[in-house]
Amino acid sequence: MREGTGRPVFSGVAIGRAYVYRHQQAELPGSCGDAAAEQKKFDEARETARAQLTELFEKTKREIGEEQAMILDVQMMMLDDLDYLEGVQDMIAGGASAAQAAHETGDAFSAAFAAMDDAYMQARSVDVKDMATRLVNILCGGKTGFSMEEPGILVAEDLTPSETVQLPKDKILAFVTRQGSSNSHTAILARIMNIPSLVQAQITLDDELDGKLMIVDGFEGHYYIEPDEATQAAMEKKRDEAQAYRQQLEAYRGKPTVSKSGRKLKLFANIGNPDDVKYVLEGDAEGVGLLRSEFLYLGRDTFPTEEELFEAYRKVVEGLQGRPVVIRTLDIGADKQVDYFGLEHEENPALGYRGIRICLTREDIFRPQLRAIYRASAFGPVCIMFPMIISVDEVRRIKAFCETIKAELTAEGIAFGEVELGIMIETPAAAVLSRELAKEVQFFSVGTNDLTQYTLAIDRQNAKLDEFYDPHHPAVLALLRMIAENAHAEGIWCGICGELGADLSLTETFLEMGYDELSVSPGRVLELRKKVCESEV
Amino acid sequence: MKEIKHVIADPLGLHARPAGLLVKEAAKNACNVTVAVNGTAVDAKRIMGVMKLAAKQGMELTLTFDGADEEAAAASMAEFLKANL
Repeated sequence: MREGTGRPVFSGVAIGRAYVYRHQQAELPGSCGDAAAEQKKFDEARETARAQLTELFEKTKREIGEEQAMILDVQMMMLDDLDYLEGVQDMIAGGASAAQAAHETGDAFSAAFAAMDDAYMQARSVDVKDMATRLVNILCGGKTGFSMEEPGILVAEDLTPSETVQLPKDKILAFVTRQGSSNSHTAILARIMNIPSLVQAQITLDDELDGKLMIVDGFEGHYYIEPDEATQAAMEKKRDEAQAYRQQLEAYRGKPTVSKSGRKLKLFANIGNPDDVKYVLEGDAEGVGLLRSEFLYLGRDTFPTEEELFEAYRKVVEGLQGRPVVIRTLDIGADKQVDYFGLEHEENPALGYRGIRICLTREDIFRPQLRAIYRASAFGPVCIMFPMIISVDEVRRIKAFCETIKAELTAEGIAFGEVELGIMIETPAAAVLSRELAKEVQFFSVGTNDLTQYTLAIDRQNAKLDEFYDPHHPAVLALLRMIAENAHAEGIWCGICGELGADLSLTETFLEMGYDELSVSPGRVLELRKKVCESEV
Repeated sequence: MKEIKHVIADPLGLHARPAGLLVKEAAKNACNVTVAVNGTAVDAKRIMGVMKLAAKQGMELTLTFDGADEEAAAASMAEFLKANL
């Protein structure tokens, strides 16, 4: 038995055959001796590549989204780049084979991009390489594909966007990659697919590994190759227990969330983009308590238009089939890589120009977003929530702006529905002022991650501070109690949308404080409902 | 030869997509088109070169047109730049 570790991306246990995925790296065939023939091969390969990319572009657009598809559009343009084509031509004229020329010229361009001192351009080097690799694979026998005869665990160095699209997803039980961060393409895909995965795994990719029995423990960040009987039995038990636990929770599907003493709680889900709606329905959430808007702005080069925003919001509203959705307006700051916002580097982005502060000073960003949300409200129940509030004055300004938007839409004859306005309570200032703020809005949602970080003055990214960090710090719990009391004193509802909301050890405390709603990852809803239904509070 | 200048107003600068659009626009013309930033000039019909300029918001692009259709090319490019960059 061999074993090792990696950074877990999704909890769960997978057991299956290992499939080693490698970028085609076999020795490239030499020239046939006739430069004209090699050039013809290259030109044909380019046509095939173009056809593949066009197909992939459509598939990606359909299955994943426009954002990811744009990556492939850039690759198609690179395929037509004269600098690249001339580089290849020169090498072929100098005696190289089509495959060697495609590969080496691609490497040279990729290296040039990687050397640029602009993070966005550096990232384009992967696109050049991806495009060149595609040509090479076509020239070396048309094998760009990778097949899995039976469900198994995919082990790779790392996966490029176009590789992840081509994978036989229905057969993948887990991903294990040597590189990649928790935000890499692979990690994002794993979370969407709900499969256990490890990134930055300490593993050697040798041919020997291919086909061996492998176990991935996504709870512990551990893998085993050719496990001994005891390990295999223990892991099978763990997997079965996880399944049995999920199975047992099924009894709570479709049930109302009411404690034994009759207290009602709404269990909503936090999601990050329209495609996640299916997980809301699968998880049996009663609505969406936090739809992050950042997905609409990240991973692109220009601001989304009002139409794009509207289409995305409308897709969520319609997908939820009458369940309410709380849309949080853009909460972005200098810590996110969105070059086109032109944000200056900040020493301390958590305390900087972010969230509502950007929206209140950049009407060109705020207006299309609010118009899009109001327009989407014509299709189902919508609430809007504003992040990073610290004063009553900010809320009044926002409300006045919303009135302007509504007046504009009315004047233009555009339909919109009744929209509740609420705020995130995530700064100590907002918590302290919650009684006054409650007079201005229709609901509160407590963002416990930021509220805790700001109250304790502890940066959660800094592992050195772990010993000082207490997620159940009495100061935070006292604020939570005060916020709920103040909300109810003014007759508005309040919820929690931070990670603390899913903390089962606090569920009864939240019930007792009187919280009306908890918003958590879709996969956590059923276990929370069980907890509430079993509670005496 | 004809020359036009344009200061990039787009906050994202000349990134992949706008670079692509500019190349497509340049390729419509028969004349030679170059684009230069801070003294570095590249063929405006080639995407990788244009991207490698890494031109940012506020930088001045200098485009030159050389060939029979240079007048018309410069005029339509000026329109394009105003509308897209």
